[in-house]
Amino acid sequence: MSERRIRILLAKPGLDGHDRGAKVLARCFRDAGFEVIYTGCHQTPEQIAAAALQEDVDVVGLSCLSGAHKYLFPQVAKLLKDEGAEDIVVIGGGIIPEQDMDALYEAGLKAIFTPGATLDSLVEWINKNITPRA
Amino acid sequence: MKELGKKVLAGDIRAASRLIRNLEDQIPNTHIAMQEIFNNTGNAHVIGITGAPGAGKSTLTDEFIYAFRQKDKSVGVLAVDPTSPFTGGALLGDRIRMLRHAEDKKVFVRSLATRCSMGGLSKAVGEGIHVMDALGKEKIIVETCGVGQQEVEIINHAHTVIVVLVPGMGDEIQALKAGLMEVADIFVINKADRDGAGKLYKETLNMVHMSKGAAADNSWNIPVLLVESVLEPHKFAESVDAIREKVEEHYQYLVDNNLLVERMRRKTAAEINEALWGAILQPVLNNLEKDGEIEKMVEQVLKKEIDPYTLADQIASKYVK
Repeated sequence: MSERRIRILLAKPGLDGHDRGAKVLARCFRDAGFEVIYTGCHQTPEQIAAAALQEDVDVVGLSCLSGAHKYLFPQVAKLLKDEGAEDIVVIGGGIIPEQDMDALYEAGLKAIFTPGATLDSLVEWINKNITPRA
Repeated sequence: MKELGKKVLAGDIRAASRLIRNLEDQIPNTHIAMQEIFNNTGNAHVIGITGAPGAGKSTLTDEFIYAFRQKDKSVGVLAVDPTSPFTGGALLGDRIRMLRHAEDKKVFVRSLATRCSMGGLSKAVGEGIHVMDALGKEKIIVETCGVGQQEVEIINHAHTVIVVLVPGMGDEIQALKAGLMEVADIFVINKADRDGAGKLYKETLNMVHMSKGAAADNSWNIPVLLVESVLEPHKFAESVDAIREKVEEHYQYLVDNNLLVERMRRKTAAEINEALWGAILQPVLNNLEKDGEIEKMVEQVLKKEIDPYTLADQIASKYVK
């Protein structure tokens, strides 16, 4: 019988090797019944966008703790849009100052999660906002 | 997404990935796109890479992509990782070893979860190969999920099977057992700088020679190749390129000896079987399930009002003329 399953790409763009959080998330999403493609650290936005297209994911989750989120996150959203894939939802997480949020939402990000966000709240957000594409 | 088949034939990566997803999710009418692409399949060389978890399959696959790209071949990769039997979720982590090819337009890497299929592959792999093939990939690498002794389904799909072994997994009796050790066209002993690699090499060679004694003269000489020094990129690339040469040699051997057709025949029979199931049995099951008939039948059989065989006969006479 047919069954749509949510596919998520988790990636860490830029010069940032702190991937404990991303790994915890990958595990948490796995346990929530999603298919998680984990691609690790030190990636360019171009690599991430290409992987998202090749993997036909519903969501791209970006993690950045280096402070370069204001360039890296919008760049991924832009590259996906350029490829006609703006239906792939981009969300981000990390140490994101309050005053940067508006610019990121404007650039096309659909949600930002900061320190203190619970795993349950992330899974809940995804289950509520993402329907695997028919 | 409409006209998936046509888009795949036009080289649309996302359409190809979506089509594979529809196959994974068993979306109704996916066969229409498969019908569209079918005549454009059967051209690629399909290479299977299998072995235990952590043996180095993904790292080797990454280096194979590089080796084939040096020869200007376009490459498709289907990388399989396990689905959780508890939650249905999966962590697909093969791609992490292949990042350097992410922007190469002639390389297409697609991760698949097993969806609890038992043979080391996902049910969608067979048709996924056709999709990659129709997309024009010349070399298609299928990386199985980490396997044990029995998960050998790869032989139904790959023309050339590489079994990756690592030292420290057991004595020569393990090498003599049936299953995984029988399906290799090429053995690779990875991490050969570790203790026990020499012993494993000898045992594997012995095993290969034993089976050779029983085979015909012109049979394929199964090579056993060593790979070490993953931390020295040039040396590692050299050893993997030597495997690539053997892979090409094996393909030529299959072509020259009319054996490629034999390998394809096996897959085709299985595909017809699957297609028949989809075209005949699946609609009947869907109907019965939609009308709640299945539930009623279960009740009837539980109460011993009827047995499953008579029931099946009744349904068959209704649907099959």
